[in-house]
Amino acid sequence: MNRILKIVKYQIKDNIRSKWLIGFSLFFLIISYWLISFTGDSSKVILSLLNIVLIVIPLISIVFGTIYIYNNKNYITFMLSQPINRSSLYSGLYFGLVVPLLISFLFGIGLPVIFNLGIFSESWIALSMVFISGVFQILIFTALAFLIATLNDDKLKGLGISIFVWLFFTVIYDGLILFLLQVFQDYPIEKLALGLTLVNPIDIGRILTVLKFDISALMGYTGAIFENFFGKNIGIAISFLVLLFWFVLPFGFGLKIFSNKDI
Amino acid sequence: MIEIIKLNKSYGSLAVLKELDLIIEHGKITYLVGPNGSGKTTLIKSILGLIKKYDGNIKIDGTQINGDCEYRNEIGYMPQSPSFPENLTVKNIFDMVKDLRNTAKNLDEELISKFNLEKEMSKRLKNLSGGTLQKVNASLAFLFNPKILIIDEPTAGLDPVASGILKDKILKENQNGKTILFTSHIISELEDLAQNIAFILEGKLWFNGTLENLINLTGEKNLERSVASVMLGKVV
Repeated sequence: MNRILKIVKYQIKDNIRSKWLIGFSLFFLIISYWLISFTGDSSKVILSLLNIVLIVIPLISIVFGTIYIYNNKNYITFMLSQPINRSSLYSGLYFGLVVPLLISFLFGIGLPVIFNLGIFSESWIALSMVFISGVFQILIFTALAFLIATLNDDKLKGLGISIFVWLFFTVIYDGLILFLLQVFQDYPIEKLALGLTLVNPIDIGRILTVLKFDISALMGYTGAIFENFFGKNIGIAISFLVLLFWFVLPFGFGLKIFSNKDI
Repeated sequence: MIEIIKLNKSYGSLAVLKELDLIIEHGKITYLVGPNGSGKTTLIKSILGLIKKYDGNIKIDGTQINGDCEYRNEIGYMPQSPSFPENLTVKNIFDMVKDLRNTAKNLDEELISKFNLEKEMSKRLKNLSGGTLQKVNASLAFLFNPKILIIDEPTAGLDPVASGILKDKILKENQNGKTILFTSHIISELEDLAQNIAFILEGKLWFNGTLENLINLTGEKNLERSVASVMLGKVV
């Protein structure tokens, strides 16, 4: 444990000086500042922020995480020739990247929000859902990135898979659900749609936030079923459990593979 | 002493090491020689625990290496092409390794001062030249007074002054009783270091003994020519 913290400490020291991460912070800062000052309407701001958080953050996390492992290949070899075991190094590298990513996200979006807290007084639950979703997206997609880079020694292949995974969860998956709903529209498959949505970490993040607005009525019968499920405490608890699984499973699986791998 | 007993390693259908038996003697400088692709790097990686899936045994001072990482406290490794987190300073990387090894005492900082690294300490690693990076790399390998030193291409990227310093250091540590294993393709420059030659050919140990023995065996005039004649298949 102690060694993990030491590795994390130096990785953070390295990553917070990285131009890329400073760039992400500025990107989030400018976007959220711009949204707040030009829209002024809290629900529009939150929905726009939500879309950015659910599209850009997974992309940044998975691409940056994958490249990070490949670029540090020789460094990983060097570290493993020290008296450090595999799982300490893997966890150290992971949290050493995740913590700076979280800081740049919370700082970039948080700062403009703090200065304009007044407009969010009615919708702070939805706003906090945006933040919680963002935190989970970073944890989940960085864990997926590490897993993909550990499984594939070829940089181009790994990066390709990462981008496909991102595309799958942001675009393809929803398309497939819509297709199913359309094909089987004569059957009551709302429960199936609900189940399928629960499997996609990005969809959970979106629905948790959207249902905090009173617009789920616009979503028809399916929306009602969703609200019925997600609106209840048990629904929210299950959603967070699924998000937690999406973080723990890829991380644990990656750790196990890394521990037995030939470097 | 490092004992390698019947080591087999293959990547898919490609067998890299085949029943390799080798003893790297305590307190000697062993020069690991072999053509490209003969399995030298695989052997070094196995000793360091970087390669986990192999058949056979590796014992260091009588203890078989397994999943535990603590045996690497006794090993200093100088990789051929090091890379460190690019935004850290030279001082950061020394601090980090000291922190991780958890030993502040008995440090050997001779190479840091001989290489004049003190004035580079505040520079970021991405701004260092390849040679300076190699000096940092060498200093880190010797820093903790390890019993065993494993050095991959020691003089690659170093200027003649620096490579002279490193060679002197290797000899000095050997006189202090350290076991040293190194590999290099620049044979003429390093043959005076070698006390033992371990010659690996196609994943097997082809020769293990002193320089004189190898030269006698091949009938050539120096190590470089002996190695070349073996690689060309003139000696069977």
